[in-house]
Amino acid sequence: MPKELSAWDKLTIAREPDRPTALDYIDNIFDEFIELHGDRQFSDDKAIVCGLARLNETNFTIIAEQKGRNTKENIERNFGMPNPESYRKSLRFMKQAEKFNRPIITFVDTKGAYPGIEAEERGQGEAIARNILEMSRIRVPIIVIVIGEGSSGGALAIGVGDEILMLENSVYSILSPEGYASILWKDSSRAKEAAEVMKMTAKDLLEFKVIDKVIKEAKGGAQKNLKAMSESIKNEIINAYEKLKNIDKDELINRRYNKFRNMGEYKTKA
Amino acid sequence: MVIDKIRKREIEDNIVLHEEHKKADIPVGKWVKCNNCKEILYKDTVRENYSICPNCGYHFRLSSRRRIAQIIDEGTFEEFELNIDNVNPLQMEEYIKKIDGLREKTGLDEAVKCGKGKINGEEVIICVMDANFLMGSMGSVVGEKITYSIEKAIELRLPLIIFSVSGGARMQEGIMSLMQMAKTSSAIGKLDKAGLLFISVLTDPTYGGVTASFASLGDIILAEPNAMIGFAGPRVIEQTIKQELPDGFQTAEFQLEHGFVDKVVKRSEMKDTIYRILLMHKNN
Repeated sequence: MPKELSAWDKLTIAREPDRPTALDYIDNIFDEFIELHGDRQFSDDKAIVCGLARLNETNFTIIAEQKGRNTKENIERNFGMPNPESYRKSLRFMKQAEKFNRPIITFVDTKGAYPGIEAEERGQGEAIARNILEMSRIRVPIIVIVIGEGSSGGALAIGVGDEILMLENSVYSILSPEGYASILWKDSSRAKEAAEVMKMTAKDLLEFKVIDKVIKEAKGGAQKNLKAMSESIKNEIINAYEKLKNIDKDELINRRYNKFRNMGEYKTKA
Repeated sequence: MVIDKIRKREIEDNIVLHEEHKKADIPVGKWVKCNNCKEILYKDTVRENYSICPNCGYHFRLSSRRRIAQIIDEGTFEEFELNIDNVNPLQMEEYIKKIDGLREKTGLDEAVKCGKGKINGEEVIICVMDANFLMGSMGSVVGEKITYSIEKAIELRLPLIIFSVSGGARMQEGIMSLMQMAKTSSAIGKLDKAGLLFISVLTDPTYGGVTASFASLGDIILAEPNAMIGFAGPRVIEQTIKQELPDGFQTAEFQLEHGFVDKVVKRSEMKDTIYRILLMHKNN
């Protein structure tokens, strides 16, 4: 049997520059995609891509954290680190999805929400909090797919959903291992060690019941075969949607509430 | 997510005096130095003044116990007994030991105290976080206690007040702490839908996963003067943008100016302000 990759190995794969980004998958999975822009309040932040997509007979609203595929695009997209406007844009499209009874798919891939002066001035914390609250009660199915790095509140801000899927080598954590080591041990160079204790792999999170399913990747990672990876994700989207589409709306919201309500590890006092 | 460079302020309940003052032969334990104006103050005088510096108005950090005494009518606070205890989801060596040590040292059970009480006779559900316990960080127990309180407010149809002081989500519990943001915020969503009032009070410091969840979701958000409030901690921001932060960045007044706080309220006026807001939400 092949040796299980360490959390650090997986993180390294998740961060590889040629790892497929959300738009790579979107292009391959959907029959049609129309990108739409802007939060209607301040700007169009490009770290999150929103739009409408069709898959067979179903229309979806897409919300996707987007890293750049080269230096120029990375600068434009702020390395996939959203400003508050990205979250407010996402919320606008989630509300629109609800209005038109259109299911939502989110692609999570970020090192975290952007820590900058302007981001703070425009309420990064409030923007994330508001998204989390609203996602908990949006009355259409929400499918969340972690495709690369899912780090901190910046990931969770588009991560509250009914079915949460993760690619095999993607990670999902409270913070990047560098940040974690820096805060807990005052030494960001201990990131590798942090990655191993944080339980951030898809396998760990499945055990924690934080996610519902792991989507297998090609040996060496998703970039080895984009077509096959896209096909697997597409099938999982179809499966997840089949499961959710006929659930009564009140029941859907209850189910989602209880899903997160039950998260947490504690015991009864001795 | 957890705060990194909040000025290390001495906590009013267990003050340690600096070397120079020890040398000056000031009785340790009776005196306290103001972190802002550096005035040496008699501790009892500070306490009698809501733990506000009588010289410059600086608000010392307050324990949850003192906070409850300042806000809730005497003898009316009933703490919720959830009877739950921490586990160690990441199996971190020092974590449970650290918790046990803190319990012994502070007499606190966890980083938040929750219960039911009265404010000038008005019944409320109240949660008060405490910086003395792992910097008020939110792990599974804190998340559960807060969520329970929110659901209790819905069940009893009472207003909810949460005093936040927190470095953010608790690192030692990893992803489980992150999920407490979803859990508490979803519960606030239910409270909102039930048409009930939530007053969120931000005190020094409120950061990270607490700012990015329930603390920012109040119908009315109050803050104490000069409290540091933000999502990312100042050091993380400085390292990212490679420049120094402007004066007054992330203070309560900054948040007021940028539209994220409804009102900055002095501690001496907090109870009365909350009471007046409560009354404005009656009889509708």
